[in-house]
Order: sequence, then C-alpha cells, then structure tokens
Amino acid sequence: MMRRRNALLALTGAVLLRPARASTEELRAAILAYTGGIEPSPGPVQIDIAPLVENGNAVPLTVRVQSPMTPADHVQAIAVFNQLNPQRDVARFTLSPALGRAQVGTRIRLATSQQLVAVARLSDGRFVSQAVDVVVTLAACVE
Amino acid sequence: MARTLITVPASARRGELIEIRCLIAHPMETGYRRGDDGLLLPRNLIRRFRCYVGDELVFEAELFAAVAANPLLSFWLRAEASGTLRFVWEGDQNFAQTEHAALNVTP
Amino acid sequence: MKAALLLALALLAPQDPQDPQEDARRSGFETMSPALQAMQRDDATNPAWLWVENGRALWRERGCVRCHGEAEQSMRGVAARYPAWDGRLQRPLTLAQRIQHEGPVLAADSEELLSLAAYVGLQSRGLPIAPPADVRLDPHRKRGRALFEKRVGQLNLSCAQCHDQRAGEKLGGALIPQAHPTGYPLYRLEWQSLGSLTRRLRNCTAGVRAEPFDDSALVDLELYLMERAAGMKIDTPAVRP
Repeated sequence: MMRRRNALLALTGAVLLRPARASTEELRAAILAYTGGIEPSPGPVQIDIAPLVENGNAVPLTVRVQSPMTPADHVQAIAVFNQLNPQRDVARFTLSPALGRAQVGTRIRLATSQQLVAVARLSDGRFVSQAVDVVVTLAACVE
Repeated sequence: MARTLITVPASARRGELIEIRCLIAHPMETGYRRGDDGLLLPRNLIRRFRCYVGDELVFEAELFAAVAANPLLSFWLRAEASGTLRFVWEGDQNFAQTEHAALNVTP
Repeated sequence: MKAALLLALALLAPQDPQDPQEDARRSGFETMSPALQAMQRDDATNPAWLWVENGRALWRERGCVRCHGEAEQSMRGVAARYPAWDGRLQRPLTLAQRIQHEGPVLAADSEELLSLAAYVGLQSRGLPIAPPADVRLDPHRKRGRALFEKRVGQLNLSCAQCHDQRAGEKLGGALIPQAHPTGYPLYRLEWQSLGSLTRRLRNCTAGVRAEPFDDSALVDLELYLMERAAGMKIDTPAVRP
C-alpha cells in the first residue's frame, strides 16, 4: 500500500523539530553523561561525512581516531551524538587493540541540517572529541 | 534469517590491517513513523552488533534509531592468525543472527 | 525560456550514441553527489546488493537455472531491451512482469520479484539501453510519450515540465533529474528499500495529486522512457536519493 504523500510539501522540511538551542543543551548533556561529567578536549578525531547531503535517510559516516592501538595506548570507545534528531544517540562503538586501527564506519539518519559530535574514550582515561556541521536537504526520521 | 553481505579479505599477511564490512537487511524501524492508517509503526531496531575472532570479542557496536535501514558496519582488524570470525546481531522482537567468515592469515 | 525549449528539443530528439559531445543526457548517477556515487559503486556496501544476492539464490531455488542456465550468460543484455513485446499475451511487458509469470507467479513488487529483477538487471550493467525495433511496440511508445507530455493531477503538471524543461533546476532542495531509468530496480534512500520503476512512477503521480495510471499506461510510459534513454548505460542496481 503506497503511503500517499504530498512529495512537494514534504520538501519544505516543515515538521515538528525542537528549537535548536534546547537541543544544543541536550547534546551537551548527553555528551557529559557519556563521559561522566568530564569535558572532552579537542583531539585527533576525524569525522568523515558529506557536508551537503541529498537525502538524510542513509548518510555515510566514518569516524577515525589517530592512535597506535597498542594494549598500552588505544581507543577504548567511540560514541556519536547528534543535535536535532528525535534522540541524541547515533551509535556507540567499543574497540580493542586487536583492531589495529581506530576507524569505524556506518550509515546514519539525519532528520535535518545539524551538528554531529564524535567522542572517543582513550585507554588513559581521557576523552577527546570533534564536531561537524552537516546540511541536509531532505528530512529522514521525522516524517 | 535476514540477508547479510559480509566482506572480509580471503587472506591477509600476518600483521596486515584489513577492513571488514558487514551489511544486513533490516528495516531499522524507528518507532517515529506512521503507517497509512496513521498509527505509529512499532520500533524495530537492531540494538547490538559484535565481532569475535575465535572466542575473543574485538568489536562491539550499540545502535540507535539514527542508524540507517539495512545497516552497514565497517571496522578494521589486525590479521594475527587464521581462524573464524563470528558476527552477531541482536535486536528488538527477539532478533538474533550469527554469521561466520573464515580468515586465512599467511606468515 | 528559449534555453529550456532548446534543452527540451535536444532531449526529445533521437540521440546519436556515437557523438557523446552532442548528447545532453545525464543519468541520475551523474547528477548525484560523490558520496552517493561512492555508495552505488561499491558492490560490497551498496544496499541494493542485499537483493541482488537474494536474486542469485532465487535463480537456483526457483529453478530458473534449469531452463536458462547461468544468468551471467543467458541474461546478459536482456534488461537492456525491455519492455518487450510478449507474443503470448499480445502486449508489451516490463522485465519484472515477464519474470513474474515464469514458474509460480510472484506478487508484483514482492521481495522475491525485486530480487530476481535486480539479479537479472545486473547482467546488463554497463550495457547500452537497446529498445527493440519492434513495430508492434510503436503505438505503445507513442502513447507513453503522450502520457509523458500530458498535464495531470491537481497540480496540473506533466512529466515533461519537470524532467525535460526544468531538469537540472531545484525542486525544494532536491535537484530535478532528467529521469532516465538506467538503474532500476534501485535502492532509493527515500524508500529505505529496493524498488521498481513502477513504484517510482506511482510516487510521481501521487506527488502531483493525480489519479494513479493503470498498469498498461505504466508499461507504455516505461517503453517511452527507455526509448528516450536509448544508448545510455544501464547501472542496475543503482542507488538514488
């Protein structure tokens, strides 16, 4: 059964989105909940995502953290958060030195143009992060 | 059983870094969408993915509604010894699936 | 306005595939972002391949292999020359319709049918679209062209107004493609699934608030679209936004 939809109206993206400022606070709160209250510092975290996205339903994303990935010095985990989807979490990855490279890839949904933040937990207990802004021309989650 | 597409190099030299890519057919229904009748389609997500080398858990991913349908996961592995890689997906509505791939590591 | 008319005329005129500089046609692949092009190119991660692999398995399970042998040989070039005239039913059929009635009948747009159509379509990847020179198809192609140019729906738009005259311009934030069906069945991000050209055409008519076209109209339209895209390379299984 085809979902009847006014394709032209939907393109305006006029849907129920939270005000951006409230979501930025929620984003910050989600990150701090993940780190246990520690403010992440800028670090060698690279987020690869197209700056301009044609459709927010499946956006390729790669996160890479520079690390020797030895038992003594490695990335333990990478968490990705978003600003304006219905909920802040995107994915949480747990890594091990066996991987040899701290790089993860997936495809994500973006409801609208927004900020993404990747936070990495290092084996020495530090948290490092990076943020990117993505422009999305068609909405995904919020229909 | 959902369809999967797992890409692992057939063989690798010891110490070589290889990329592993796992694709699985799954709607990743967010729970926010409505059907033609206006009722919310129930949430149906893959929640967790794990990769084991032999018995060792080397990689784990916790997935949320923001992960796209037919989810792709890619990660890297340092080839150490020949063996079997095991991939496990678990999710809502008692979803559970395991796939294997052989890895041949040459000295 | 004149430029738009010239573009429209250029698109409607028969294209000489020997003269690439003169060919103003662009497939949806060419007008996609690099990220989506990369998604389509990589067979290991193109989501459409979940259906292709299913089709590969079904080719054996449903016994297609018994009469047709290995698809890589027997199905090569087939998708490139569909829709084609069916002598038994005395009308044109799309490839999916042809597959549908082979053996136990498959439901239209079912997962199995899409998988087989994707697997068979793959065997024409890289080949130029080659509409059959069958005079029995001519009245249907003519009708398809008339449908393409006819204003329909509450929005009173024709396919041609967007896809001939305004191709390359924006509708909302989205680029209007020239609408050459080179990659069907394809993984449309909007659907989060693989789908047929028929499904896409239904979306279009719903988008302009028109009464749905009936099955024979959809086949005629597909016939015209394939003639319009003659010589362009098939890129099934494609990814589109």
